[in-house]
Amino acid sequence: MSSQAPAHEDAQEAHHGHSHGHEAGHGTFRSYVTGFILSVILTAIPFWLVMAGVFESRLVTAALVMGFGAIQIVVHMIYFLHMNTKSEGGWTMLALIFTLLLVAIALAGSLWVMHHLNVNMMPMSPEMMKNMP
Amino acid sequence: MFSNFDLQKFIFGRLTLEAIPYHEPILVATFIAVAIGGLAVLALVTRFRLWGYLWTEWFTSVDHKKIGIMYIILAIIMLLRGFADAIMMRIQQAIAFNGNEGYLNPHHYDQIFTAHGVIMIFFVAMPFVTGFMNYVVPLQIGARDVSFPFLNNFSFWMTTAGAVIIMMSLFVGEFARTGWLAYPPLSGADYSPGVGVDYYIWGLQVAGVGTTLSGINLIATIVKMRAPGMSFMKMPVFTWTSLCTNVLIVATFPVLTATLALLSLDRYAGTNFFTNDLGGNPMMYVNLIWIWGHPEVYILVLPAFGIFSEVVATFCGKRLFGYASMVYATVVITILSYIVWLHHFFTMGSGASVNAFFGITTMIISIPTGAKMFNWLFTMYRGRIRYELPMYWTIGFMVTFVIGGMTGVLLAVPPADFVLHNSLFLIAHFHNVIIGGVLFGLMAGIVYWWPKAFGYKLDMFWGKMSFWFWQIGFFFAFMPLYVLGLMGVTRRVSQFEDPSLQIWFIIAAFGAALIAIGIASFIIQLVVSFLRRDQLRETSGDPWNARTLEWSTSSPPPDYNFAFTPVVHDHDSWWDMKNRGYERPLTGFRPIHMPKNTGTGIILSGISVALAFGLIWYMWWLAAVSFVALIAVAIGHTFNYRRDFYIPADVVTATEDKRSALLEKQA
Repeated sequence: MSSQAPAHEDAQEAHHGHSHGHEAGHGTFRSYVTGFILSVILTAIPFWLVMAGVFESRLVTAALVMGFGAIQIVVHMIYFLHMNTKSEGGWTMLALIFTLLLVAIALAGSLWVMHHLNVNMMPMSPEMMKNMP
Repeated sequence: MFSNFDLQKFIFGRLTLEAIPYHEPILVATFIAVAIGGLAVLALVTRFRLWGYLWTEWFTSVDHKKIGIMYIILAIIMLLRGFADAIMMRIQQAIAFNGNEGYLNPHHYDQIFTAHGVIMIFFVAMPFVTGFMNYVVPLQIGARDVSFPFLNNFSFWMTTAGAVIIMMSLFVGEFARTGWLAYPPLSGADYSPGVGVDYYIWGLQVAGVGTTLSGINLIATIVKMRAPGMSFMKMPVFTWTSLCTNVLIVATFPVLTATLALLSLDRYAGTNFFTNDLGGNPMMYVNLIWIWGHPEVYILVLPAFGIFSEVVATFCGKRLFGYASMVYATVVITILSYIVWLHHFFTMGSGASVNAFFGITTMIISIPTGAKMFNWLFTMYRGRIRYELPMYWTIGFMVTFVIGGMTGVLLAVPPADFVLHNSLFLIAHFHNVIIGGVLFGLMAGIVYWWPKAFGYKLDMFWGKMSFWFWQIGFFFAFMPLYVLGLMGVTRRVSQFEDPSLQIWFIIAAFGAALIAIGIASFIIQLVVSFLRRDQLRETSGDPWNARTLEWSTSSPPPDYNFAFTPVVHDHDSWWDMKNRGYERPLTGFRPIHMPKNTGTGIILSGISVALAFGLIWYMWWLAAVSFVALIAVAIGHTFNYRRDFYIPADVVTATEDKRSALLEKQA
């Protein structure tokens, strides 16, 4: 059997026309506005938290600011980068999950390793030595 | 008003005449040799009027095949430099006993072992591997080029720029004296105030741009440009390992870039990420660089595993045993390689629970690697083995690599590592896996794909010479290091007190001499084969009766690779096509759309060298000018709309007819 049917669509030729991203989602005006408004709200709340001094504890404020930042990343990815489970046959989602996994491994691993190191290390200065339990 | 203005300092930064090492006789002799050699090459190129040919056909080419070949040429040139460093170290250590200081002072010796490591990993192994992936992957998946041909050319030139920066340090200034990973605080501004570490940083940063971009490019190529019918589980194993390698590159090289960027901030801007005081922690650098560094060793070895898989299946005339398990083993290695990095610094002091975790993950990662070994053995079992050169390297690999793997598992046991850490045992181990695994794989790849790339086979006699000298030389060079390591000799030492150690170092130096003969035989093999190319000519396109799609094309393949995109039904697609009585299409060719050559890549890379030079020597004006130029040229390139052209149908027909005539003559 000759397996050489004339190539109906060469990979090279896919560069032409706009068929290139035909699988990736495109946003509508409505979705961009939704994303924009959500982003504004998610930016305004942390500003308000800091400037109005809502919480006594700086730690709580910092944690909340980080939390809103993380939520905003998700908003950007969904509304501006059109991240969903279907585009490019799920490849973008797979890449995202892989990235998150690696970031989690690197961050959690480094924190764990460095924390244990810190606990096990000898005190660096006489001052620290005095504060030893 | 200008009394404080020092014109010389403004123009040359910290570059003075003192930085030229004319007081080091070894370097002066090297420089004279390099200068004479370089001038001879330039003269020959000019004499034979090759500049135009090189520029239009090679330097500006976006053809993945030519870029792959250029990567491999870069790797071979750098191999000679890296090996020169190796043999200098071996000679020094063999003679520096009983109060004899040897011929290298410690200052020079430290630069040499650093340069050896950096060059062998970043500028030999990496370009070799990238070169093979570039050459072979598009052909194996039935594509006409990579996804982003210009980016490919740019990546190659950035890698070359990194190599140029590292090579410059030989004659202008000095190289780092820190070991190949430049651990702080030694590599910090306090302990390494010179330009050595800056050469290291900018060399790697510039080359890293190329590596990362080529990783992205090849992932996109493999995911998006496979021939119709080639599902993931029908991809050739080399393409699979390339995919996993490039995923590792894209995921980890940014970590290296970020770590080196933090180190440069420490050195240039006075920050304290990795210093000992003001909250800095040098251990964090060690931690971060190995988050990149461990996946890096799998980046190197996975494509080699892919090459062995192709070679074993081809020369045993059998389908690869356990294709699916091979793929899963590769993917499992890819994931696991991210959670073993701490085994490079068990002794740092993270304690038992952390060490136990990473020790166990390290032992686990040897399981998929072992599974691969059995797959190759079972492919050979009851196969019709043809002992051609690629098979020599493969069997040599299986014997050698298993020893390296076993010593690796020994080192994975944290208490054992406390004894062996930083010793020559470790040096022997990683040379055992990198030479026995990566380098043997690349040599197998060269002899396997050479006929595809150049249209003639390589000479068998000199190939065997090269193999045996490498193989025996390797054992002579590194087995003594295992012994010395077990006796407690540490790495990176330039002089020894204990005369009883000397015999081992002499044996190791003898081994290095054998390897030198092996490398010389390899070069002779290339020359002899070129001279005898008419006898060694192969016109079928498929000299090994091989199994994957690249062998369906002519040797060398036409610019467009495939006149028609093949349709794939099985995972050894070319074997499958041959068995079904495939016939080449002879008519109905259509114009083929191809990307156009561009010189932007080489220009950007040249500017990058200038930028790095400015940053290294504190010539801020040069850095600023080249930075602006870099951005300007990059933006300018986006206005280049003449990026493609069509190969007319009659040219395609003529090319294919020529091949038909060749095939007919052969039959």
